[in-house]
Amino acid sequence: MSFQLPELPYGLGGLVPFLSEEQMQYHYGKHHAAYFTKLNALVAGKAEADLSLRQLVLQSSGAVFNNAAQAWNHTFFWNGMAPGAGGDPGGALREAINRDFGSFDAFRKAFSDAAVGLFGSGWTWLACDGQGKLEILALSNADTPLKQGKEPLLTLDVWEHAYYIDYRNERPRYVEGFWGVVNWEAVARNYASATGAS
Amino acid sequence: MAYTLPQLAYSYDALEPHIDARTMEIHHTRHHQAYIDKLNAAIGGTEWEAKPVEEVVAGVAQVSDTIKTAVRNHGGGHANHSLFWTVMGPGKGGEPSGELAQAIQADLGGFDAFREKFTAAALGRFGSGWAWLSLDSGGRLVVEDTPNQNSPLMHGHTPILGIDVWEHAYYLKYQYRRADYVAAFYHVIDWDAVLERYRRAKG
Repeated sequence: MSFQLPELPYGLGGLVPFLSEEQMQYHYGKHHAAYFTKLNALVAGKAEADLSLRQLVLQSSGAVFNNAAQAWNHTFFWNGMAPGAGGDPGGALREAINRDFGSFDAFRKAFSDAAVGLFGSGWTWLACDGQGKLEILALSNADTPLKQGKEPLLTLDVWEHAYYIDYRNERPRYVEGFWGVVNWEAVARNYASATGAS
Repeated sequence: MAYTLPQLAYSYDALEPHIDARTMEIHHTRHHQAYIDKLNAAIGGTEWEAKPVEEVVAGVAQVSDTIKTAVRNHGGGHANHSLFWTVMGPGKGGEPSGELAQAIQADLGGFDAFREKFTAAALGRFGSGWAWLSLDSGGRLVVEDTPNQNSPLMHGHTPILGIDVWEHAYYLKYQYRRADYVAAFYHVIDWDAVLERYRRAKG
């Protein structure tokens, strides 16, 4: 069994103008695909190849972890965005955001600051613990909240390859644009699933 | 005295086709400048602000906790890029000469072995960082790599050659093909400048 690059949940141009088709071609078609290729080469013929990708992320380290986590993180990233999405969340997720960050605006500012301030390559996450308490994490390289026993709800890739074609060195503009495509329905589903409400 | 962006000794298009003019200009005027601005903001008014950036970076363990991260990230960024621009040049490449060639033979097993180690370090650095040819505290040559903007100066080594493997260093021309960028770098290494740094480091 080998790990397979999943299809994008929308077309390569689906997130225009936030991300150009060219940016997505490289990011999905080259970077994301390459993590699968490298991962499959690393685990070929080993018992690890029969695990779920999530389980492999949880129990691996080193190069296998780097490639498995990057494969998982990117799929999760794509699923947290959607054409014509954006806006702000409602329901239980909104209540939790208000409870843990004070307001949606305060959450948004804290998440943006974490994304802009993450030095080097990495991901900014909204995650929750087993009690549903929300937390923003800025993690380097391939690292994920899964390694801390926390459930990812939303993520933003701040590796330079995620935005360099469209934004060059201007990461703050990229982070600002992200809010226009966040798929809050997907985030709410992730939260419901993590808190046993679904 | 605030730090300022060093001038390049060559034009932005001078390293074409190996490193493209657009990348050089953005890398120098935006990325390097941003490290300088943030370093100035962090250490202005402290005892460190008048010191050469290499000395500040080498002293990262001694600086106060309030500026330690800024010194590591932005001080490192300023020092690393300042070195990077000076170890490249148009019409360069080839192989080192003189006592540097002898030291590479003695310490690393020759130029081909050096090149293999240095390439592996540059490709193996996961995420953002640098690969280096440095002198260790005993004066021996070592190939090493560091994450983000960490400098060999931070652990008592003296870098004499470095390649930036942050994606911003190569993305506009090479995108995901870091290996092609690293291969191209060998065409622009100014080995005379590296030899000069070797001599200074050996004292």
